[in-house]
Amino acid sequence: MSKLIQIVSSRRTWAWPYILFMLLFVVLPLILVGYYALTDINGTFTLRNFAKFFTHSEAIQTFLYSVMIAVFNTLICLLIGYPAAYIMAMEDFRTPKVMAMLFILPMWINFLLRTVATVELFNMFGLPLGEGALLFGLCYDYLPFMIYPIYNTLQKMDTSLIEAAQDLGANRAQSFWKVIVPLSMPGIYSGIVMVFMPTVSTFAIAELLTHNNIKLFGSLIQDYITTTDLLNYGAVLSLVLLVIIGLTSFFGDHDSGGEKGGLV
Amino acid sequence: MKEETLLGGGRSSRSDGKTLRAKNPFIIEVNHVSKQFEDGKYALNDVSLQVKKGEFVTLLGPSGCGKTTLLRCIAGFQVASSGDILLKGEDVTKTPPYQRPVNTVFQKYALFPHLNVFNNVAFGLKLKKEAPDVIKKKVRRALKMANMTGYEERKVDTLSGGQQQRVAIARAIVNEPEVLLLDEPLSALDLKMRHDMQIELKELHEKLGITFIYVTHDQEEALTLSDRVVVMNEGKIKQIGTPTDIYNEPQNCFVADFIGESNILSGTMIRDKKVEFCGQQFDCIDTGFGENQPVDVVIRPEDIYIWDVSNQPSAVSQQEDDPEDRVPKGKFTKLYGEVQSCIFKGVHYEMRVLTPDGYEFLIQDYHEFLPGTNVGMLVKPEDIQIMKKEHYLYNYFEGEVLKNGKVRFIDAEWEVMPKQTEGMEAGEKVQVRVPFRSIDLQDYEEEGKLSGEVHFILYKGNHYQLTIRTDEGHDLYVNTNDVWDDGDRVGIVIPPKEILINKLAD
Repeated sequence: MSKLIQIVSSRRTWAWPYILFMLLFVVLPLILVGYYALTDINGTFTLRNFAKFFTHSEAIQTFLYSVMIAVFNTLICLLIGYPAAYIMAMEDFRTPKVMAMLFILPMWINFLLRTVATVELFNMFGLPLGEGALLFGLCYDYLPFMIYPIYNTLQKMDTSLIEAAQDLGANRAQSFWKVIVPLSMPGIYSGIVMVFMPTVSTFAIAELLTHNNIKLFGSLIQDYITTTDLLNYGAVLSLVLLVIIGLTSFFGDHDSGGEKGGLV
Repeated sequence: MKEETLLGGGRSSRSDGKTLRAKNPFIIEVNHVSKQFEDGKYALNDVSLQVKKGEFVTLLGPSGCGKTTLLRCIAGFQVASSGDILLKGEDVTKTPPYQRPVNTVFQKYALFPHLNVFNNVAFGLKLKKEAPDVIKKKVRRALKMANMTGYEERKVDTLSGGQQQRVAIARAIVNEPEVLLLDEPLSALDLKMRHDMQIELKELHEKLGITFIYVTHDQEEALTLSDRVVVMNEGKIKQIGTPTDIYNEPQNCFVADFIGESNILSGTMIRDKKVEFCGQQFDCIDTGFGENQPVDVVIRPEDIYIWDVSNQPSAVSQQEDDPEDRVPKGKFTKLYGEVQSCIFKGVHYEMRVLTPDGYEFLIQDYHEFLPGTNVGMLVKPEDIQIMKKEHYLYNYFEGEVLKNGKVRFIDAEWEVMPKQTEGMEAGEKVQVRVPFRSIDLQDYEEEGKLSGEVHFILYKGNHYQLTIRTDEGHDLYVNTNDVWDDGDRVGIVIPPKEILINKLAD
């Protein structure tokens, strides 16, 4: 009996369901992706799929284009998100909670639904769908992921540091660039990772907002994976994407010793 | 700038009367500065202060007294609601902090965590675009002054609290400010470290020769470090003076109570150099209070001489003075009492002595007098400090007679004796008097007509004088024998027969 209690109350026991879940839905799919990438349609080992990617100019172009879109989107989110986070975090603006709410509100709704609504909005205003609409939609969807980590670091920042900078002769702009920005770098890193990674692999937003005219890398993978005889090639593309995402998260780990961003 | 100063000098607020900047001995002038917050409360209420070049001035007071707000107004982090602040004769009331020739040492150091020690100290110099070798030289010198040589490359979060504070001081003085502002710089350090840093700060002040404005709630720190102490309470300056002045000649009960231990008694100034308290007349050295005026008397515990009189209970007053003794006694002795308690305090003993009339004295002496000992007590005339009474016997309020015969004052309606309002019409404005003695305080707020909080306690030898602040923000003075604690919630009851009403003279 006491042994049973010991087992039930042990933290290790409670971890098992999670470990099982991870194995089934994270590790196993990764192994499968690796397996399909390294085999042909008959299940025999081959490196031809990789070779195909590096000579397949359409795939590489789509890939580069996706990365470029993601970089643009991350930049736009940073440019819009940082001031927003700053305004919400700084006391002297005395912004009501309403503003913070307005930023969260869209996140209550499923992003597909939001994207469909965005399409309708564009139609209503008679705006053309395409690259511009795509960037707008991406930014609209991912902006909160940029704002929150930055808001977190800014809010936790000791205001006496800003006062100290001013006391030492820094005007508003100087204290912003020399103290506030360096100290909010962890939040900026987190925000960049949170926005960049999902944007590279996005596909539904691209399909909806461009009437399927612009293909992103995510859509390409989807196309290949749903086509039975090209599944193995799709797996290679997925692996390439995983490596890129992995690299960006290393970039995010680069912590300058200040407060952590919070979300990552 | 000179014209402005000339104009400024014409204002009545300038007490020095000197209008030329060159002759102005003050580096900082604070003229009638008030700071009101959005909720209407005053953090500073008409504060004026002049600081000479090179002075070490301490702003001392309990938390919330406005000392930090005053410092922040001088630094520029807060803007005064009214009044003006002059630095070297120039009006800087609205100048942003980065344009003021002052630097601040913050309470929690406020070192930049993303920079190492060198770059923290060099921050101000780099903004001024000084040459790299000049920066290097100045930083090294500042770190040497703060005893932090060799720590240049260290990250600030690897330093101890004391080391961080030294870096913060170096970062401030490296800019060669004319005024150094220090906001409770030692409060986060342990006692031993605090004492060491106090000595270092004092030495630093002498070496640099610049003006220090130092904020603290620690009276010992204030008395040891400063040339002058500014005692503040509730947004007002209660007294400005040298540490000795503040200690030996407190001007009001707050200062007497806040600085050191003291016996505060109600007394009457009979005439110049003659004061009565505890039913006896004493010689003193104070003059100019008028005749038969109510005053408060302050006697420091170490200024009361006591000796054992247990063996000569009857003949004390005829006893001859012993020439060997420290003080004359015998026929001069007017106070006797019994030791109630005796505590060893390291250097001295602290005794509580109760007189037959019920007055309690706190006495410090190098000799031990055990509880139960009958003692004689004596105070030298120069050790009796007389203060004008701020409040005496009655609370005065403005009130209004109501239709139902009640009177409305301090935001409540009170029953009064009918004859008090005889011949007065409803709506008439009246003056209400309530004696300090007549206000009853109840343990349970709901038992009183009004509720409030014990705001300030003064022990007057045989009773307590409390300041009760009602929830509506009115202050009531209450004399009581009951023991209350600071911050206690009380119900306020005033018996109808104790309320005295007068017509307001037009």
